[in-house]
Amino acid sequence: MKKFRLMMLVLVLLFSLSMLTAVTAQDEPFRVAVVSPSAINDLAFSQSMYDALLTIQAEMGEANFVFDFQEGTFVVDDAAVALRDWASSGNYDLIIAHGSQYGSVLEQLAPEFPEVSFAWGTDVNTFGLDNVFAYTAAADQGGFVNGALAALSSESGIIGVVGPVEVGDAKAYVDGFIAGAKAAKPDIEIQVNYIGSFSDVPLATEAANTFIANGADVLTGSAQMVVGAIAVAQENGAKWFGTQSSQSELAGDAGVLFQVYHWEVVLRDIIASIGEGKLGGESYILTLENGGLVMET
Amino acid sequence: MIEQLLAPSVFAAAMRLATPYLFASLGEMFGQRSGVLNLGVDGTMLMGAFFGFYTVMITESLLLGVLAALITGLIMGLVTAFISVTLKAEQGISGIGIYLFGLGMSELLYQRLIGTPKSVSGFSNIYIPGLSDIEFLGIGEIFFRHNLLVYVAFALVPVSAFILNRTPFGLMIRAAGQNPQAADAMGVNVTRVRYITVMIGGMMAGLAGASLSIALLKVFQQNLTSGLGFIAVALVYFGRWRPLGILIGAMLFSVVQAIQLQISAIGIDIPSEFAVMLPYVITIIALVFASKRMEKPTALTKPFERGES
Repeated sequence: MKKFRLMMLVLVLLFSLSMLTAVTAQDEPFRVAVVSPSAINDLAFSQSMYDALLTIQAEMGEANFVFDFQEGTFVVDDAAVALRDWASSGNYDLIIAHGSQYGSVLEQLAPEFPEVSFAWGTDVNTFGLDNVFAYTAAADQGGFVNGALAALSSESGIIGVVGPVEVGDAKAYVDGFIAGAKAAKPDIEIQVNYIGSFSDVPLATEAANTFIANGADVLTGSAQMVVGAIAVAQENGAKWFGTQSSQSELAGDAGVLFQVYHWEVVLRDIIASIGEGKLGGESYILTLENGGLVMET
Repeated sequence: MIEQLLAPSVFAAAMRLATPYLFASLGEMFGQRSGVLNLGVDGTMLMGAFFGFYTVMITESLLLGVLAALITGLIMGLVTAFISVTLKAEQGISGIGIYLFGLGMSELLYQRLIGTPKSVSGFSNIYIPGLSDIEFLGIGEIFFRHNLLVYVAFALVPVSAFILNRTPFGLMIRAAGQNPQAADAMGVNVTRVRYITVMIGGMMAGLAGASLSIALLKVFQQNLTSGLGFIAVALVYFGRWRPLGILIGAMLFSVVQAIQLQISAIGIDIPSEFAVMLPYVITIIALVFASKRMEKPTALTKPFERGES
């Protein structure tokens, strides 16, 4: 009898233990790791992704969605180390390389970890791999809106554009901006300067000063090095149109309109795909239509 | 087109661009003339930029902001001197350490204490009465409509030259860098001289950082200097360890950079990548020609050991 009781006890214990494991497995949160070139509060590219992850976390609940965010990783080799560590740890459901500079790293890394899902942007290229999602923003759309409004609000007829490097969504934004401005006011003069860096605040600021000296009364720009240019607009009574994140707090009275990226639109789809067992092979584009791009004042 | 490229506003921009280089390079020159190479200038600039900015943000006092940057630079200089002069560490390597410390620490403090990009009111432009109105060749716009720190940076060129060439302390600096054993034999305290020059260099690097964060840009962001401190070190070599040479180098680099900004702005159709390269390419070419006449301080990067020759 005693033996039987002991056996029952062991069985009950084993059963509850297995139930417990099953419950924990069910409750396992969706884990995301992200590497980005600038800080999560850069009022631009990295912040747009960080804010999106917070939105998703609020939607799914903190118990069901957790993320690690490695910011400020402008050295691609450092990002490569982080991405490899995360991939080989097996702890993450999705690994995001948030920056077009990380593309080549991901292209090499992803085939080594076919069970791990990766996403990167801004680009539409999934390298033909089944475990890579790509995402980008149709920044030209909001750029067009900003450009049209900028041209209409310019009294001097001269607009200055501070660009980082002539690639990706920055180029799309600037091209859209020019098209919009020209559509609204064909004789508008648009001065564009790609300063060759995403982080050189002193040079971006002096580029803005150059535009002001040339008579510009409206400025715009893309990427995180524009913070000084915004200050220049403010100081000289010029208007500022922004993109990626809202810069209204920094721009104050100078700020007019901001194209804000809502990556959560893309992230929701990617998370759903992974839930269905699809680890990649798809690319996504934020647009004004799908709510991924929102114009904010 | 040429008129637009050589407009007074372009040269005024060059004056502003040259300001942080002048502070940092002149300060670095003192250290190098006494025999200490400090590659950590950029890190000290970042720390000075941060503390200058943060102090202005909290107190709204520009004077306190400048003082904070100077004190921060002084402390960074003291640490650099301790490592390079007292501990006799390899100067190239320890300088990189100082740089990385400044880069990381300024970013950490920024994240903890400020968080997101903000602007401060900072130094505004002072139009020098009478002079700022000179229209001839745009002289008024080019030279006399800047903020206080721009004027100070340019004024420091003759002041530095005077200190270096016309004062007993300047002689001690040159002796410590040229022939420390002889200087020591003549009763010069080489260690003390090197400490002082490196600390002066630190203070000026701190001020260089503040000239960005509270005068020219009026914002702070991580890695605000974007490697500007390394160009400042190169300018010391370019200027052959002389204030006037540094001024020429800083202006050459800045004028080309300002012209490059204008080239893109007025839409001259050359690839943006090429325009961005221009200042560096021209500086390298100039450096190649200048290097033939280099007069490097003999004891540069060599720790001083009493009694060794």
